[in-house]
Amino acid sequence: MGRTLAEKIWDAHVVRRAENEPDLIYIDLHLVHEVTSPQAFDGLRAAGRPVRRPDLTLATEDHNTPTLDIDKPIADPVSRTQIEALRRNAAEFGVRIHSLGDIDQGIVHVVGPQLGITQPGMTIVCGDSHTSTHGAFGALAFGIGTSQVEHVLATQTLPLDPPKTMSVTVDGTLPPGVTAKDIILAVIAQIGTGGGQGYVIEYRGEAIRALSMEGRLTVCNMSIEAGARAGLVAPDDVTFDYVKGRPHAPAGAEWDAAVAAWRELYTDDDATFDKEVTLDASALTPFVTWGTNPGQGAPLGANVPDPATIADESERTAAERALEYMGLTAGQSLRDITVDTVFLGSCTNGRIEDLRAAAEVLRGHQVAEGVRMLVVPGSARVRLQAESEGLDTVFKEAGAEWRFAGCSMCLGMNPDTLAPGERSASTSNRNFEGRQGTGGRTHLVSPLVAAATAVTGHLSAPADLADVEQ
Amino acid sequence: MEAFITHTGRMVPLRRSNVDTDQIIPAVYLKRITRDGFEDGLFSAWRNDPEFVLNAPERAGATVLVAGPDFGTGSSREHAVWALQNYGFKAVISPRFADIFRGNSLKGGLLTVELSQDIVDKLWEATEKDPQIEVTVDLQTRTVSCADLVVPFDIDDYTRWRLLEGLDDIGLTLRHEGDIGTFESNRPLHLPKALPIAVGGTT
Ligand code: SF4
Repeated sequence: MGRTLAEKIWDAHVVRRAENEPDLIYIDLHLVHEVTSPQAFDGLRAAGRPVRRPDLTLATEDHNTPTLDIDKPIADPVSRTQIEALRRNAAEFGVRIHSLGDIDQGIVHVVGPQLGITQPGMTIVCGDSHTSTHGAFGALAFGIGTSQVEHVLATQTLPLDPPKTMSVTVDGTLPPGVTAKDIILAVIAQIGTGGGQGYVIEYRGEAIRALSMEGRLTVCNMSIEAGARAGLVAPDDVTFDYVKGRPHAPAGAEWDAAVAAWRELYTDDDATFDKEVTLDASALTPFVTWGTNPGQGAPLGANVPDPATIADESERTAAERALEYMGLTAGQSLRDITVDTVFLGSCTNGRIEDLRAAAEVLRGHQVAEGVRMLVVPGSARVRLQAESEGLDTVFKEAGAEWRFAGCSMCLGMNPDTLAPGERSASTSNRNFEGRQGTGGRTHLVSPLVAAATAVTGHLSAPADLADVEQ
Repeated sequence: MEAFITHTGRMVPLRRSNVDTDQIIPAVYLKRITRDGFEDGLFSAWRNDPEFVLNAPERAGATVLVAGPDFGTGSSREHAVWALQNYGFKAVISPRFADIFRGNSLKGGLLTVELSQDIVDKLWEATEKDPQIEVTVDLQTRTVSCADLVVPFDIDDYTRWRLLEGLDDIGLTLRHEGDIGTFESNRPLHLPKALPIAVGGTT
C-alpha cells in the first residue's frame, strides 16, 4: 500500500525500531533560541556530554530581543541574562549563533528558510511550537520541549511514536484580498484547536499549490493552533525555486541529486489518511478571531457569535469567558470593533511578502488617529530587503513605527506589549489571554486586514478603504 | 528523574477548557535560566483574582490538578510543566491534553492522565463537595481511584516503564550510539550543514 508524505519522511529517518518502543528518529536540523535552551545546555554540562552534531545545530536570538536601540545593551536585566546565557552556551559547545545585530539574526522560523537550510524531506526540530512552519518545504518539522532539546543536542535523535496523518484539502481559487492567513484561520475554526491533536496535517489541493512559499509558511505555521504537531506541503517547483541559490542550498551535482530525491516526496495515490478535511477556497473571505483561542474566529463580515447558540457545553462556557475577557457583546458586528494597536510581524506574517502586501494597502493612507501600528520584520534580512524596496518609507509616512527584527509583540517578552484592556489587530498566531501583555486583547488577522484596520481604526478589509480619503 | 509509581493527594478542580501554556505560565516568567522557582508564575494572571480556585485556602497542598479538555495547548514551553511541579503538582487529569505538553510532562515525571469528561465531572463534584477527599493515581495498576470510584487509564508500556523506573531518556538512547553512527554514515550528501557558515545567495 502507498504511503503518505509524512510516512515517507518518517521511514527515512528511523535509526532504530523495536517492538513496544518508540522509534528512534534522526534529526537533520536542530534550531535553538534563548528561551527554551538554557536548562538543556545545563543538563549537558552536568552530565559532561558534548553537542553531538554542532554542524546540524543553529541558534538565533529572537524572543527577548528589543526592536529599538539594538546597538545598546539590552535594558531588561533578566532578558539580557538569558541572551547572554545562549551566547555563552553557543561558544562553549561550538554552536553557530546569529546574535542581535548580526545580518542573519531574526525569528528562528524566518531565518531557517531564508538561509536555505530548511529543505524538503528533512526532519527539523526546535524548542518552539511554531517549528511546524518549516513543513511548508515538505519537511517534517515540529516543536519540542526543553528535555527533548537536551536529548537532541546530546544524541541528534528523538524517541518518538509515529503520528497519525490528516489531509486538509483546499480546492478552488482564493478570491482577491483573501490570503493564506484566512485559509488557516478558517481551517482552525472548522476543526477546532484540538482537531489536529496527534496528527501531522498535509495541506493539499489547488489553492495550496497556488500559494507562494511564504503563503505556505503561514499556513503550516499555524498547524499547531489546530492542535497538530506538524503541517506539511508536498514540495514542487515553487519550493525548489525558492531554495535554489540560497546560502545553504545544494549546488552543482548535489543540487541535481537533491531535486531528484525531493521529487519523490509526495503522498502516493493509494495512500490513506487517518482523517480527511476539505475546504472550498472560493467561499473564503477575510477571517478574524473574536475570542481567546485561535479556533474562535469568523468571517470579518459576520457578527460576534452568541454563546447561547453553541451546543457543546465546554465550548459555550469558553465562548462566554472569551467575550467577557475581550469586552465584546454577542451580536455586535466584527467590523465595529475598534483597536488601539496594529501589530504586523511574527513568524506567521513577518516575511517580505507580508510587508509588501501591507505596504500596498497603506500607501497613500494614514494610520488612524489614536492607533499605533508596529511593523516588525521577521528577520534582519527581511528588514534590509524591505528598506531596499522603500517599504519602510511607506510605513513611516503612514505613521507606523518601523522596528528591528524579533518576536516582539507576538508574545510580549520584550518591551513591546499591550497595556491592560488595550486591543490589537495582530498578524501573529495566538490570541490567548494576556499573550501580548497582561489584560491585552488580541484579534488575529491577515497582513491585508491589519493594514486596512490601521487606516480605519476598526477591523476592516482593504476593500473598505474605497471610501476612506487618500 | 524521580520515579513515579503511585500518588495519593487532594485535588484542585479547574473547570476550564483550552487552558493554554500562556495561562499556565505567561512569557514574562520564562526568562529564568534555571529549572526551579517557577511556582510564582503558575496561573499568575488568574491568581490575581481572589476567587480563583487555587487561592482557596482549602486547596493549599493539593497535588492533583483536574482540568477541562485541551489542557496545555499552545507554546512548547516546558516551563509549564516545571511551574506545575514546582508548585507541588504530581499529576494532571484532563479529558484531552495537547501533544507537546503531554510529552514534556511525561519526560519530566509529571503524570498526565486522560479520563473521559464524565469521570472528570465526577471528580470535580467530589472535590467541590469535600475538598479533603483524596484521589490515587496508580501507575502500576493504571487506575485512578477516588472513594468508591475506580477507573482505568491508558498509558503506553514504554512510557510507563520509563516512569516507574525513573529512567533518563538520554541515557537510554545512548545505549544505541552504534545505530546512530551507522545511520549518520548513510545520510545523503546533499543534506545541509550549519557549519561551516555559507554566505551569499538571495534573501
Ligand atoms: S514570532 Fe511568536 S510564535 Fe513565532 S517564534 Fe516568535 S514568539 Fe513564537
